[in-house]
Amino acid sequence: MKITFAEGLAKAIHESLAADPRVVMIGSGFMGLNMEARQMLNPALSEFAERIMVTPVSELALAGAGIGAASCGQRPIVDLSTGSFLFQAFAQVANEAANIHYMSGGQTSVPVTFYCLGGIRGAGAAQHSGRTQAMLGQVPGLQILTPGGADDAYGLLKWALLESQNPSVFISHSLLFAETAQIEPGAPMLALGKARIRREGRDVSIIASSITVPRAMAAARTLQREHGISAEVVDLRTIVPLDRETVLQSVARTGRAVIADECHRSYGVAAEIAATLAEDGLEFLKARVRRVTVPDVPIPFSPVMEAELTVTAEKIAAAALQTLGR
Amino acid sequence: MNVVERVTAMLRIRRFEEQCIRLSKEGQFPGHYHVYIGQEPTAVAVCAALAAEDFVYSTWRNHGHLLARGAAADRMMAEILGKAGGYCGGRSGTLHLCVRELGIPATSALVGGSLPMATGGALACKRRGSGITAAFFGDAALEEGAAYEAMIIAAVWKLPILLVCENNSIPPQQRKRGQYTSSTLPAARLVDVPRSLQLPSEVVDGADADALSECFDRLTGEIRSGGGPRFVEVRCTRWPGNFPLWPDLPGGEWRLAWAFDQQAEHAELAAWLQESDPILLYLRKLAAAGTLDRAQAEAIDARVRAEMSAAVQFALDSPQPAPGDAFHHVWAQGGAAQ
Repeated sequence: MKITFAEGLAKAIHESLAADPRVVMIGSGFMGLNMEARQMLNPALSEFAERIMVTPVSELALAGAGIGAASCGQRPIVDLSTGSFLFQAFAQVANEAANIHYMSGGQTSVPVTFYCLGGIRGAGAAQHSGRTQAMLGQVPGLQILTPGGADDAYGLLKWALLESQNPSVFISHSLLFAETAQIEPGAPMLALGKARIRREGRDVSIIASSITVPRAMAAARTLQREHGISAEVVDLRTIVPLDRETVLQSVARTGRAVIADECHRSYGVAAEIAATLAEDGLEFLKARVRRVTVPDVPIPFSPVMEAELTVTAEKIAAAALQTLGR
Repeated sequence: MNVVERVTAMLRIRRFEEQCIRLSKEGQFPGHYHVYIGQEPTAVAVCAALAAEDFVYSTWRNHGHLLARGAAADRMMAEILGKAGGYCGGRSGTLHLCVRELGIPATSALVGGSLPMATGGALACKRRGSGITAAFFGDAALEEGAAYEAMIIAAVWKLPILLVCENNSIPPQQRKRGQYTSSTLPAARLVDVPRSLQLPSEVVDGADADALSECFDRLTGEIRSGGGPRFVEVRCTRWPGNFPLWPDLPGGEWRLAWAFDQQAEHAELAAWLQESDPILLYLRKLAAAGTLDRAQAEAIDARVRAEMSAAVQFALDSPQPAPGDAFHHVWAQGGAAQ
């Protein structure tokens, strides 16, 4: 069946609530300001109303409530709403959730999911466009789920809610809501920690995650159509765990790498991939690695200035052409 | 909990903490640490009112809470020394000691950090339809936004949670001048803060073991029967050994005889012992009532001291963790691994 990214989120939430009475929702604004997508959640919200906690605007303690409930046998998902609001909850997410299993010597597991509707989405400006996956990647103990397609929105969220034994940060993106994918009901999910080859190619590997996945796919189609270049698209799916092996294997086949990522350039996800290629894949590279990222400046309100900073299919395609000397 | 059990529980904490101070001064473990001397009956009264299914959240000053909950002194001491035989295999040290099997799933060393998590424990109790959660924290926690947010959640969700604020911030002579009850929180009374959020709140004397027992037996009963959250400020008078940056034993090892016929030479300590030491006050009260005489008290103390000597020996004998153990327990089984 074909579903959209937003439908995948709603389906994962509904099925998880139905499958396990330990699943409890702390907040329910998962779809942000998208009224059409909000409708999709209504069946779950009415059917499981007693497990949907109405929340004050207290992100820090709501994150902590999720951590505590998870430590005491529940499987909560905390809706942190706009991804930038993770900063309000940062002390609990980074300094409590991530550390508890380790500090307790393995006594206590914390299967909590923090949901963030992150990303540069238009008009979010500096305080509502946050992409926190790279900085959270510096916190050992957090799984960071960054789906770039509807199949993984559904699969990864359901996995986090029903199967994960560790804290997860689920980075959603409102500009992905309309993306579609085929899913086979009941089919097992591609294992966590495995990247997905979205498109096979011979000439250049484009490594992407979250919103840069559909943009990388668009770039690959342009490269094929206008330049006869065969681009492979690697969807990382999760930043932690990171499937370095699939990235290296892809670059071993193509010899060229473009890394597209919506985090800021310095110390970002793309930087980590580039470092991996430098350390373990230098012999495969026929050209310099190219990163297509957001410059190290805050996100401005002006649509014109925002577009200047955004990672687009055009910028990804241009970087791929550079690796081919064109 | 009978009188012998209560005295035993309080003395276990007192004697455990003395050993901590001694081991630190000997250089047996690195880093800072916090002791619970002078606050013993609070942890004992709260934990006596709890059931096995309940959850407890604590702070960096957790030794007393864990011992009162029934944690093994030897495994706690081994953890404080960073040894493999500790409850957390040496990853926690003193600051984050927790014992999952006793319903103490995680301990935060951040001021106010445990309070939000305790609301989650209480949510879990509410969801399963039984049990309550107790959260211990100091007066400074009320200066953190986390505490304010957690109290909002406790009130809005009507959680089965007991909030135990142990106020050890200020000596009684300053309190009497009508100043703030905390050193730095500009609330005339600490309970004004939870009361503003409609949390039923009261104040109890941290040096009165019987008053503490009555208070926590009653409040946990109210919470269990669906009454929602309760907040208690326990007024403790800080033990003089906690005034220096590093805990110290003014006047040396605490002596049971101080309750009966001897006086401590250290002037500041003598005043505290006379007016504020909850264990001495309780022992004097029991002796006056004829409930527990000096010989019985000495017998309890001897048993407790033997337990703590054995705990220290266990901790000293426990092996160091292997360096490579640093890589274990980043991830729970069944989750991600890298």
